[in-house]
Order: sequence, then C-alpha cells, then structure tokens
Amino acid sequence: MIDWIVILQAGVASGTVLLFASIGEILAERSGVMNLGVEGMMLIGAFFAFKVTVGTGNPWLGLLVAMLAAGVLSLLHAVVTINFQADQVVSGLATNFVGVGLSLVLGEGLSKAGTTALLPHWTVPGLSAIPVLGPIFFTNHSVLVYVGYLLTPAVWYYINRTRPGLHLRAVGEYPSAADALGISVYGLRYAYVFAGGLLAGLAGATISLAISPGWFSELTTAGQGWIAIGLVIFAQWNPWRAMAGAYVFGALRRLILDLQGPTTLLWFANPFRAQSPGFFLQMLPYALTIIILVIGSRAAMRKRMGAPAALGLPYVRGERGK
Amino acid sequence: MATNDTVAKGFRFPYALRVERRLGAPKWLPAAVSFGAVIVALIIGGIVIQLGGGQPLKSYQFIVKAAFGSMGVFNDTLVKAAPLILVGLACALTFRMRLWNIGAEGQFYMGAWGASAVVLFPILSADTPRPLMLLAMAVAGFLCGALWGFIPGYLKARLNVNEVVTTLMMNYIATSWVLFWVFGAWSEGGFQMSRVFPKSAWMPRLLDYARQIPFFRGLTLHGGILLGLVAALIVWFVIYRSKWGYEIRLIGDNPRAANYAGINIVRNTVLVMMFSGGLAGLAGMSEISGVVHRLQSAISPGYGFTGIIVAWLAKLNPAAVVLVSILFGGLLLAGREIQPSGVPRMLQGIILFCVIASDVLLRYRVRLERR
Repeated sequence: MIDWIVILQAGVASGTVLLFASIGEILAERSGVMNLGVEGMMLIGAFFAFKVTVGTGNPWLGLLVAMLAAGVLSLLHAVVTINFQADQVVSGLATNFVGVGLSLVLGEGLSKAGTTALLPHWTVPGLSAIPVLGPIFFTNHSVLVYVGYLLTPAVWYYINRTRPGLHLRAVGEYPSAADALGISVYGLRYAYVFAGGLLAGLAGATISLAISPGWFSELTTAGQGWIAIGLVIFAQWNPWRAMAGAYVFGALRRLILDLQGPTTLLWFANPFRAQSPGFFLQMLPYALTIIILVIGSRAAMRKRMGAPAALGLPYVRGERGK
Repeated sequence: MATNDTVAKGFRFPYALRVERRLGAPKWLPAAVSFGAVIVALIIGGIVIQLGGGQPLKSYQFIVKAAFGSMGVFNDTLVKAAPLILVGLACALTFRMRLWNIGAEGQFYMGAWGASAVVLFPILSADTPRPLMLLAMAVAGFLCGALWGFIPGYLKARLNVNEVVTTLMMNYIATSWVLFWVFGAWSEGGFQMSRVFPKSAWMPRLLDYARQIPFFRGLTLHGGILLGLVAALIVWFVIYRSKWGYEIRLIGDNPRAANYAGINIVRNTVLVMMFSGGLAGLAGMSEISGVVHRLQSAISPGYGFTGIIVAWLAKLNPAAVVLVSILFGGLLLAGREIQPSGVPRMLQGIILFCVIASDVLLRYRVRLERR
C-alpha cells in the first residue's frame, strides 16, 4: 500500500528545490527582468555543489560555490538585458544553453554516485511529535528544507512590508517613476537578477547535496527549472503561493515513483506497473504545469491581476513610453 | 549615456569614448556585426575549453576538418543541415511575430512519430508506391507537429498562457510519448527502436542514383534538403510578399497598432504556431525517412534548440537560415566526436549570447573622440 505520510514528507523535501528556484525567479521578475535561464543556472549549481563537495569534503563550501557560480551566470543575463537592452526571452535561453553546456563540459566523467559528505538532516524536537504535520514537515529533513520554511515568509515580508521591497516593486512596475525618485533602476535590477541566480544555484545544490545526491548530467534537474518558471506565473509572483505549488509538485514527483512499485492499487491490479504506461506518469508533472498555468491565467484574467507591469521591458532613461 | 570623465585630476586622458544613438545603420552592418559576434564567441569558447583542460585550437581545427574537409563529410554536414533548415524556419516564423515557440524539439518528435505511424500502424501497406507513401508520411508529420503547435498557440491566444513554458513542457511530453511507443507497441524484439521501415518509406538519396552518376556513390544526402530549400522559399514568400506575412510582421512590431488595424491576433497566433509546428514536424519526418529509417528514442541531437539559435543568428531571414543551418550542421556533426560532449551546446549558448549582445552595436555607435 502507498504510505501517504512518506509521500508528503518526500514532497516537502523535493519541493524545496522548486521553492528556492521560484522564489529566486519571483525576486528577479518583480524587478522587471524575466530570466528563463533557471534550468541552466540550477544545473551549474548542482554541478559545482557536488564537485566542490567531492573535492573538499565540505558540503557548506560546495553550497557557497554553487550559489556564486549560478549568480555569476545570472550576471551575464543581467549585462545583456539591462545594459544592452536585448530581448529577455532570447537572452534567458542563451543563459540556459551556456549553463547546461558548461556544466556538461565540466562535469564530463564526474563520478555519478552520491558517496560524498552530505548536508545534515535534522529532526526538530517537540514539533516532530505533532501528529501528521510533525512527520511531514519536521522529521528527518535536510537542513535546507528548514531554510525554505524561513525564506518564504522572509521574502514575502521583504517584498510587501519593507522600504527596499517597495523600491523593488516600483522598479518592476513603473521604472521611470522609480528613477525620478532617485532609485537606481539598473542597480536594483542587477541586484535582484543576481539574487535570483544565487537562489537558483541553491536550488541546484539542494538536488545534488540533499534530495537526490550525485551528478547525473542533464537528468540532475530534468526540467525542474522550467517548472519553477511555470510556478512563478501560477503563484502570481507571491512567495506563499509558490511554496504551496512547490510542495504539491514535489509530492507528485514522489507519487510517480511510488505508483510504479506496488502490484495492487486500491485492490485492483496496478495499471501503472507495466513499463510502458510509466511514460504517461512521467509526462504528468509537465502536463500538470501546463494545466496550472491555464488555471492561473484564468484567475489572473478574472481578478485583473498579473505580472509586474514592466516585466520584460528594458529601461532606457528618457525614452518615451517606458 | 555619459562620457567617462571620472579620471584623476591633473591628467586627463586625451581621448573619450562616446556612445550615441544610431539613426540609421548601413546595410552591411548587421551581417558584419553578426560575423564579429561569432568570432568573439569562438574566442570566448576557446578560453573556456582551455580552462576546462582541452585544446581549443585543435578542437576548432577538428570541427572544420570533420565538417567541411572533404566531399564525404560535407555531405554529412548537409544531412545534418536539412532538419536544421526546417526547424530554423519554424522558429524564425514565430519569432517574427514575437511569439516564442521553443517547442520545436517536441514538434520534431511528434512529426517523426506521425510519419512512423503511417508505416508502423500500418496506415499504408509496405508495397504502396514510394511517392504516395512519402507524401502521406510528410502530411502526417506536418499535422502531428501542427497539433503540437496548436495546443500552446490556442492557450496563448485565448487564455494568454505563457507560450515559452507551455511549448517547453510539450517537449518533455512528446519525448515521453515517443518512448511509450518505441518501448511498447512498436518495439522490435524488446529493443528501444522500431523495425526498419520498408524501402518505399525511404526518402530518395543521392547514392540511389550512383549507377547513372558515379560521383554520387556513397553520398547519403537525401530529399529532406530539398524540402528545406522549398520551405525556405515558401516562408520567405509568406513573410515578405504575402498579406498574411504583413500581418505577422505588424503584430510582431506593434501588436496594438495591428489590433487597431483590424488584424485578428488570436487567429494569427494559432495559425502561426500551427504552421511553425508543422515545419518542425516535417523536419522530424525528413530525419527518420531520410536518415534513421526507423523510429527510436535518440533521433535528435537537440535540433529543436539549435533551431532557435539558427533563427536568431540568421536575423529571422529565411535565406540566411539556410546558410547558418549548414554551418551549425557542421558544428553538430563534428560535435558528435568531440570530447567533452557538452562543447557544441556550450558554444551554441555563447554564440547566441554574443549575437544578441552585439545587437546593441546596431542601435548605438561607439566613437573615440579627442577631447
């Protein structure tokens, strides 16, 4: 039989990857810069985290290098889109190609197994004794999962309740007004694209150091960066909604693995057990991303909510219509 | 933008860099800038290869030799270029409308699946005359690709669902779909590939005519390249000489003006996505009918993604797509044998970066002036 508590617990763990990536993308997009290179930045992060940890035996150092490497890659996107006013979609794709290609070049022949020192797992005393919620949220999780719990409210508070957060929203909604107030549009956009890169690197490191340790070239991320971008739209640029979506997708990934195991499912022969229909299960996260995008955009149309007004538009001081 | 006047007191650098807006660019400039960007990209890529422990000059020499060194390898380069032309055109068409179809890879797989379905279901028996068989396969491939373009196109047009994410998700779904058939109903003896197609489903190749023209002996170039050239001609005509193309360009340049002019943006979005998906699907058909001759999981070394770069490097011009495709066909061909295997992908990314970054030189002029 399928153990739902285990699935939900694993969902929170692997959803943390999507959570970091989406929150990073939320920060970048709130400042008006869409970065489609999340997948590539995550792969770079996953690679450097694993490589450095194998080399030094220190996973914290691996984490730091992973974040910085992805951050540097995001700065490439920042230069091209902010200073050179290139199209953000194409530049994001280029970021993605460079990230994926570079990590494949550097990761050639890197050992596949996750036999390296990993980040510690914690069980929170007291909270883990709560029935149902305790085992799901507070038992034997990687330390990064707890970072996710703290990061989400912090980022929400930062964006919506602090002065720098107000500046961030201003730059993304109405850059010329922000500029007139003396806020540095370019400076803030650089900062938040970089922050998005750092978090994408963290997301990648979360995979290779905690969730499914090891380096499996492109399959390390397997499209999760793109799912994170979909989640940002679904979440309407709100960290709390991103958190909910991330955990649902995480649980789904685990469920797909579990559904292929048992011979009977609810007293019937398991239709997913045979190898071929397994491919339909593997389509599920991607199909579901499309479905939640449809639901999200319908809600956005109804409530007239949407993307930051200046998302995707380069800012040039003194130009009309910006 | 301001001059760099933050120099220490006392000494003033006698020259200043001025950046100013261009009002018009000479005709040769875009091509020259793109060429320069590719050179810069190759230099940057070389540095990265060097840092990664490789030998950049040898790698590049190898790429040139392995792609254009002799008639035999140039033939192989053209074989790789054939699907790239079609996929590049598919991308160029949607990009012209500022519609981001990055699902050409999935549409390619669906096209290959559709063409295989004709042979493997079988819809037409193996002794069907070759022209009829190939026509049916091409139509099936086009339609399956078009269906894969229709879904994101419809969602974009009706519900304003971001097409970048949907087309990309459709890629993963398409590859899983092909795997399902290749591992399941169409598997040959449990291997992850279908049986070989009957000869009637093979695209004509140059070596088929070796008896009449001995020069063609061993040349595997197939009809797909003709398909690509004809498609380039059609897409060029559609974009630059037809009313529909005018609408596409107007929507791309200024959707609001297009809307006020009474152009139906919803219908055009769906149609362009379908046409684009169909072209990518045709590429899939051409590849399995001309090269692989069976359906299997690994039929594309990322043609769909390379097509994006081809389209952008060609500045969305169909004629240029053909030329750039041949260059990138060479890169893909040589890339198969180059170590480490990520090099071509990384070079593609760096080239794309340099090309889009260099666009700023078309809009601004940098001048060295005496103070």
